[in-house]
Amino acid sequence: MRYVLAGTVIAVYLLHQDWWFWTAARPLVFGFMPVGLFYHGVYCLLCSALMILLVRFSWPAPFDEPAASSPRSEEKGR
Amino acid sequence: MIPALFVFTYLAVVLYVGVFAFRRSGRNESAEDYFLASRSLGTAVFLLSLFGTNMTAFTILGSSGHAFSNGIVTFGLMASASALIIPVTLFSIGTRLWALGKRFGFMTPVQFFRDRWECGHIGTLIFVVQAALLVPYIIIGVMGGGSTLAAISGGWVPYWLGGALVALVVMGYVFFGGMRGTAWVNTLQTMLFLSFGTAALAVIGGGMGGFRQAAEEMLNSPATAPLLTRERVSPWFFLSYTFIPLSTIAFPHINIFCLTARRMQQFKPTVILYPLCLLAIWLPSVFLGVMANRAVTVPAIAAKLEARRTLAVQGQDLLPDRRVELRQAAAGDDVIVLLLNHYAPVWLAGLLGAGIMAAVMASDSQILALSTMFTEDIFAFYGGKERFGPAAQVHTGRVFVLGLTAVAYLIALQAPASIFELAVQYAFSGYSALFPLLVAALFWRGSTKWGALASAVWTACAVVTVALFQYVVPAPHSGPPTVVWTFFGAAALARTPGGTAVFGLMPVVPMVLISFLLMIVVSLLTRQPSKQTLQRYFSKVD
Repeated sequence: MRYVLAGTVIAVYLLHQDWWFWTAARPLVFGFMPVGLFYHGVYCLLCSALMILLVRFSWPAPFDEPAASSPRSEEKGR
Repeated sequence: MIPALFVFTYLAVVLYVGVFAFRRSGRNESAEDYFLASRSLGTAVFLLSLFGTNMTAFTILGSSGHAFSNGIVTFGLMASASALIIPVTLFSIGTRLWALGKRFGFMTPVQFFRDRWECGHIGTLIFVVQAALLVPYIIIGVMGGGSTLAAISGGWVPYWLGGALVALVVMGYVFFGGMRGTAWVNTLQTMLFLSFGTAALAVIGGGMGGFRQAAEEMLNSPATAPLLTRERVSPWFFLSYTFIPLSTIAFPHINIFCLTARRMQQFKPTVILYPLCLLAIWLPSVFLGVMANRAVTVPAIAAKLEARRTLAVQGQDLLPDRRVELRQAAAGDDVIVLLLNHYAPVWLAGLLGAGIMAAVMASDSQILALSTMFTEDIFAFYGGKERFGPAAQVHTGRVFVLGLTAVAYLIALQAPASIFELAVQYAFSGYSALFPLLVAALFWRGSTKWGALASAVWTACAVVTVALFQYVVPAPHSGPPTVVWTFFGAAALARTPGGTAVFGLMPVVPMVLISFLLMIVVSLLTRQPSKQTLQRYFSKVD
């Protein structure tokens, strides 16, 4: 599962480089928004969905409830 | 003047929030309470204040100004790339920082590095690099406060007074409220500027008679049609910009903030909602900045467009001073204020002005972070806490807040903004180059203090070198970049109108890659920390 999620993160990263809309302004979504801007707005929604997947399937549980405190570095005296 | 009254009311409210937070902390005068709010922030405050901490004057003013001149590419460069990188780094790095901070009691990244790599003075050097990259931000914050208040009041409040008022208010609530006050103010600020976007879009859209006609007119004009695409930007430049958000988790005010959550579960809604918050604030700001190109009925915007036209047509023949003058006249950092003043009713312009002010006043968390770092990494580490007691640590932090804000204000009065704007530009690349330190310390048991030293020294040298290069080689007026060094026929190093290109990429790319490389190579050649230390950090995940 970890590898699938890592692959998904890389795929989403690559989707940011949308050369297919590079020189296109049309269609104007809702009649006023250039398609390149709309794409990156939807991309933000995709990022949020990706984070839902990461939280659901790859939460760093071993770190969730750390053990009790131990001395801080400056208290060791250097 | 009425919009300025709204802003004054807002300033009074945030000052009161700081004092209220001070009262709320009661007799708890511990460093952990003042600097980290006793690691007790709840879900909503953690999300909103973390987001607000990362939003600066640039979020509303700079993004719309950049979009006014460069078009929709602004959103892809600065918002959507961050929508992926920032939550992923908060998820993978922020959560681990939180856990280690809770387990070992760390309050700053340098404390963590010192313990993890068993070093002392190397940590001090990392502190110096971090502080040097952070200070320009604080100065820019004071400058932004002065100029924004002057713009909102129509010049009634002069720059020096506006800067002083903003500096005093920020100093007040950071001084009294510490992290708790700063987090509450940031929560309020975030709610204000999240609602700003939608309200501004509706009001200005209504005033302009909708955006359909404006968009069509822009597409039909050869001068403005490219602003609705990314044809003026190279795909390599666009790609290399995705390295910039790596700086976010490396900024001390962000990674210190990660330590304030009450439970690690609070990162869950934060990382899921962060891209949506970015969307809510950046999309309207960028879109309005682009559409401002058709707001020719606003006299000040028409003057900007005229200056841009003159620059494009006669730029090569103009004297350098005249070119600088025209560039300043064409700059769009205040277009959104101008649109609001023109299209919004006075009371709404005042409310929205308070929203802009909220974004401008983001230097609070940076001031507090630097104060935390100074008291923990320098004062406490070099024996101040032992000699003078824990209470003196908080007093030192408060005195540091006073001194730092006063110095930032005095510098803001004297120095030209352009110097610090440039410094902030370098700071992003610098903090991105410090990102490998966090990754290595958290995930690679083979990393060593010497690897960390090599990465930190490289970061400092690279930032200074890029700054010197841009100072020595003047930026070309327009057109192709000035190539300074070729390598097998390729432009290896070039000066572009907006900065520097290394093989067509932004300098941040080689800075990060070489920083990683140095960390790996030098660590492999030097001795690891003791087994006990490695066991403490890696036993749980092995």
